[in-house]
Amino acid sequence: MTKALVLAESRDGSLRNVSFEAIAAARRVADEVIAVLIGHNVAKDADALASRGADQVLVVEDERLLHYTPDGYGQVFLELMNRTSPDVLVFGHTSLGKDLSPKIAAKLQAGLISDVTAIEGEGAEATFIRPIYSGKAFEKVKVSEGKTLFTVRPNNIDPLEAGSSQGTVESVTVELKDLRTIVADIVRKATGGVDLSEAKVIVAGGRGVKSSDGFAPLQELADVLGGAVGASRGACDADYCDYALQIGQTGKVVTPDLYIACGISGAIQHLAGMSNAKVIVAINKDPEANIFSVADYGIVGDLFDVVPLLTAEFKKMLVHG
Amino acid sequence: MEIYVLLKRTFDTEEAIQLENGQIDEDGAEFIINPYDEYAVEEAIRVRDAQGGTVTVVTVGPEDADKELRTALAMGADQAVRISIEDDIEEADHFTISEVLAGYLKEQTVDLIIAGNVAVDGGSGQVAPRVAELLDIPYVTTITKLELDGTKAVVTRDAEGDTETIKTTLPLLVTAQQGLNEPRYPSLPGIMKAKKKPLEELELDDLELDEDELAPRLETIERFLPPNKAAGKILEGELNEQVAQLASLLRNEAKVV
Ligand SMILES: Cc1cc2nc3c(=O)[nH]c(=O)nc-3n(C[C@H](O)[C@H](O)[C@H](O)COP(=O)(O)OP(=O)(O)OC[C@H]3O[C@@H](n4cnc5c(N)ncnc54)[C@H](O)[C@@H]3O)c2cc1C
Ligand SMILES: Cc1cc2nc3c(=O)[nH]c(=O)nc-3n(C[C@H](O)[C@H](O)[C@H](O)COP(=O)(O)OP(=O)(O)OC[C@H]3O[C@@H](n4cnc5c(N)ncnc54)[C@H](O)[C@@H]3O)c2cc1C
Repeated sequence: MTKALVLAESRDGSLRNVSFEAIAAARRVADEVIAVLIGHNVAKDADALASRGADQVLVVEDERLLHYTPDGYGQVFLELMNRTSPDVLVFGHTSLGKDLSPKIAAKLQAGLISDVTAIEGEGAEATFIRPIYSGKAFEKVKVSEGKTLFTVRPNNIDPLEAGSSQGTVESVTVELKDLRTIVADIVRKATGGVDLSEAKVIVAGGRGVKSSDGFAPLQELADVLGGAVGASRGACDADYCDYALQIGQTGKVVTPDLYIACGISGAIQHLAGMSNAKVIVAINKDPEANIFSVADYGIVGDLFDVVPLLTAEFKKMLVHG
Repeated sequence: MEIYVLLKRTFDTEEAIQLENGQIDEDGAEFIINPYDEYAVEEAIRVRDAQGGTVTVVTVGPEDADKELRTALAMGADQAVRISIEDDIEEADHFTISEVLAGYLKEQTVDLIIAGNVAVDGGSGQVAPRVAELLDIPYVTTITKLELDGTKAVVTRDAEGDTETIKTTLPLLVTAQQGLNEPRYPSLPGIMKAKKKPLEELELDDLELDEDELAPRLETIERFLPPNKAAGKILEGELNEQVAQLASLLRNEAKVV
């Protein structure tokens, strides 16, 4: 019996989808899956984990765990590892997972496969696919020695449905000491509902959007499609929108079903954050723009003409079925 | 203030990628300082200029990496160290590289280590937090601002668009995110001076590391390019027709709406 420990993650008071995806990934490689939920007032979310693939959920609550710190979460995770002796450790490839997983791996002198987008095979035979070279290539990797540690890129591995498991929930205490970093302040950016890294449809704007008002037609299109609005670095730097919307190597890495890039040239750092999207549409007035090289469908034209027409077309289509 | 910068020479991912027998073809490719490590070098120089001390740039890599180290020296770093493992180790994964870097740093007096948050080629973002853990010092990743006051540090970090303010103490490791600073270009006098700055080459023996304990934990089975997408369809005709066609393709062909 192989056992996996999965770090679940909540944000703004609710679980992130990637937690369920990480559990589904863990099920592929291990027989038994234990989810770990760490924070302050997070126990309410344990049942969801217990019904979507976890055999057991361990909840650790402490005021000092309200905000993530590598020392706080690290101590809890390592202690739970000591108590459960897992063979497999799974994290989301999120800001938190990227920060914590290397620390755990170093402690265990183990390998760590970061940013997994697909798993082939099962159990001990499992191999992992991950993007390299800013998304221009992929590699298939396996563990040759020690425990199996990996992080999963959000929105790439299908989660399990509610009712897939009837796990147990247990609240445990872990002693914390010597927290060397303290979160003094967090400024959360309003991103308007849908978490970009989990959105199924993203309408993204670049410098071509020209102003913050220029984002209004993109928002309308996103609303009609039930999606979210994202942006390039260019648009953020020009102050057309907040950095929280930034997609790319230094922003969010997204894998929606549909990505509509409007007035974005397609720099490699931007592509690194979205080239894995299932379907990419590019709207750009420059037929030579690099974004067309990754696009499935392209319209060469002025986004201020194209986007409203597209919104109207989808409205018609979605109303008439 | 003893400041160390972890620097990786990377493949310039702006370039086209060719595969040859499951390996990335690096012949004639352009190599650069990993862009996030340029921010690290710049920040280290600024801290030293404000507080005094020494900036040492460290890399684990082949002789070719001397070029990138010299560039960092030309920007203003004081000295460089290249740890060469090729003769001792066949394969070096993140575990190996981190153990080697930590093996070197453990022997130094370290106040501050600055690394990049991710390498644009390997893309794991593992090496720096691993090194901090091996040295048993605190770390803060993806930082956009660093303020030091004696041994106290206040660090601003970017967490998926949220801005966190972290209080901690030296010795400390941080990783640079875009926005931390604007890296300078090496000046001509800087380039001249860099030629005379110390660049030391070390091997595992010098670090008292045993190659048998550095065997990689992972194995790469293959590398491949993304499945060739059918060349994108650029729509044609009147704009209304293009838009109607696009909506219909997204619904009926791609089935994403
Ligand atoms: C270390 C580093 C990290 C980076 N990280 C990121 C990152 O995470 N994300 C990111 O996005 N960038 C990142 N960048 C920046 C990146 O290199 C580009 O500068 C940026 O993506 C350009 O943004 P843009 O496409 O909006 O702007 P531009 O390159 O200026 O492109 C604007 C496009 O809009 C088109 N256009 C203009 N008007 C219209 C119109 N009316 N209708 C239709 N099309 C129009 C133009 O033809 C053009 O193609 C990074 C850079 C560095 C050095
Ligand atoms: C199975 C396997 C075998 C491999 N074999 C080899 C091999 O034989 N030879 C080889 O060169 N690579 C090899 N690699 C790749 C090598 O392990 C990685 O390049 C290295 O661990 C850095 O990982 P990364 O590119 O993800 O960097 P990241 O962890 O994303 O880098 C983050 C930061 O860490 C610092 N950093 C990273 N690498 C170095 C370095 N080398 N020196 C100084 N600072 C650094 C930089 O500040 C960088 O910005 C192998 C990888 C695997 C998985």
